[in-house]
Amino acid sequence: MTINNIWVFAQGTGGVATTGTLELLTKARSLSSKVTAFVGGDASAFAASLGEHGATKIYATGDLAGKLPGVALSAAIKMIIDGGDSPDVIMFPQNYEGRDTIARLSVKLNRTVLTNSIDIADSSDGVVATTPVFGGNILVETVFTGPGPHLVSFRPKSFVAEPASGGAPEIVAVSVPDLGAQGGARVVATHTEQTTGPKLDEAAIVVSGGRGLGEAGNYSLIEDLAKLLKGAPGASRAIVDAGWVPYSYQVGQTGKVVKPSVYIAAGISGATQHMVGMKGSKNIIAINKDKEAPIFGIADLGIIGDIHKVLPKLIEALKSRS
Amino acid sequence: MNIVVCVKQIPDPASPGALDASTHALKREGKLILDESDAYGVEMALQLVATAGAGEVNIVSMAPNGETSGMRTALAMGAAKGLLVSDPALAGSDALTTAKVLAAAITKLGGADLVIAATESSDGYTGTVPEQIAEVLGLPSVTFAKKVKIEGSVLKVDRQSESGYDEVECTLPAVISVTAGVVEPRYPSFKGIMDAKKKPLDVVTAGDLAVTPTGWAGAGQKIVNVTQAEARKAGEVIEDDGEAFGKIVVFLENLKLI
Repeated sequence: MTINNIWVFAQGTGGVATTGTLELLTKARSLSSKVTAFVGGDASAFAASLGEHGATKIYATGDLAGKLPGVALSAAIKMIIDGGDSPDVIMFPQNYEGRDTIARLSVKLNRTVLTNSIDIADSSDGVVATTPVFGGNILVETVFTGPGPHLVSFRPKSFVAEPASGGAPEIVAVSVPDLGAQGGARVVATHTEQTTGPKLDEAAIVVSGGRGLGEAGNYSLIEDLAKLLKGAPGASRAIVDAGWVPYSYQVGQTGKVVKPSVYIAAGISGATQHMVGMKGSKNIIAINKDKEAPIFGIADLGIIGDIHKVLPKLIEALKSRS
Repeated sequence: MNIVVCVKQIPDPASPGALDASTHALKREGKLILDESDAYGVEMALQLVATAGAGEVNIVSMAPNGETSGMRTALAMGAAKGLLVSDPALAGSDALTTAKVLAAAITKLGGADLVIAATESSDGYTGTVPEQIAEVLGLPSVTFAKKVKIEGSVLKVDRQSESGYDEVECTLPAVISVTAGVVEPRYPSFKGIMDAKKKPLDVVTAGDLAVTPTGWAGAGQKIVNVTQAEARKAGEVIEDDGEAFGKIVVFLENLKLI
């Protein structure tokens, strides 16, 4: 088929378009000359950046006033489609707002969804999405067999964001219709966890700890090492579930996707869940006492040893250099 | 307070997964177990009903082959009864069909004040079913709940966000998805396991619930190719002799990172 009209579920934070949004727009403009960014919020501050990355039109809802995005934004999108502007494909980011919205919209439009994708192509058979399974060892290509709009969500860093020479897009204000009983949930307070240093998904070096640390107090080894390397501390799902560190530290399928220059996995065995989020790192160093740990299968440098011995020595060695 | 928990019975994650050569679907033969992600939802439901002092926890699940062993685990933990939608025609169903089937099963049980699901299954992880169920049932929903309490007719949830968490208030009835670690799931007691064998567990077909189309025909998607991803090769692996930290220093030096 030919994709004539493609939309991107676009997001901004602090008046800046998210990197994930720009990644999706860059891919979208390679598939169609007509690219629309749908923004659940106010788009004026970053409209130029959306245009530069390929958006030729922007729909923006304005402030959601505490409404949860999934139900509100799917209703707004449905209303635009019913009004006559029906896209062939809508690209969503694989994150909270993207997931909730694609799910609600799938029911409203009675369309299937493909999630966790890493690529999309327009073939003679139809629109094809690529999804990694089994920790990324196998790639599955799936074609949409029904009518559009085709709903696809993508893992972060699936594409590289590159600006082009696009002009300022037209901004069209759209409203959120009355949500009835479904609009019964409201955000009454927002809490932001304070972090210092580089962001986990943007840091050049990531140091992650897992169950092998033994107890929550030992996570300070990870933080110390990350700080010395001007990197970000991360974690496996196991120690997030155990409550040792907040969810925002989690690397993996249900956490952040990271692709740093160096990823240091300390006391992490390498569950599929975790590997999906870090195997794109340029270099991987693993320290684990179990020589059978799957993490050694993808590590450029693997050290079979006790992290409680290796990490303190490494920290001392790095301190003595600075 | 009547709560329905949606659970999935999956192949044991400890054994390696495989795709069926002809259909490319995840192989689900052999014994299925309760998805560990769902144990948190069952525990949360049992605690909320206990706090409310009245009501019961019921379980719904969908499977192509009549499998109930994972549901029995949930009953052994303390759920009152189960409803399984089992139908060979459901094999190959997408998330949307799954949500329609589970929503119909919840309705058949007489609805609920609260529906709980995990944020995503451990085997397929499409991650949309809870929100799709809410939309099918016309209910509000709060996904990624990491703390849940009920005050009167108001649900109060701490919902995970990219940068921390949001406090969300929601009217009932509602649907929530809970993260792993939200509560510590109990182990079924011996008495619980024995009692579970006698608890009602009805099995119905998709047709009984008037949900069509199902399976491959209803999926709206078809796998056209399966390839091996470019494998990442293992590098040097050494045993720590007390000096292995030096290898890491050299590795970082060579990359000009220190």
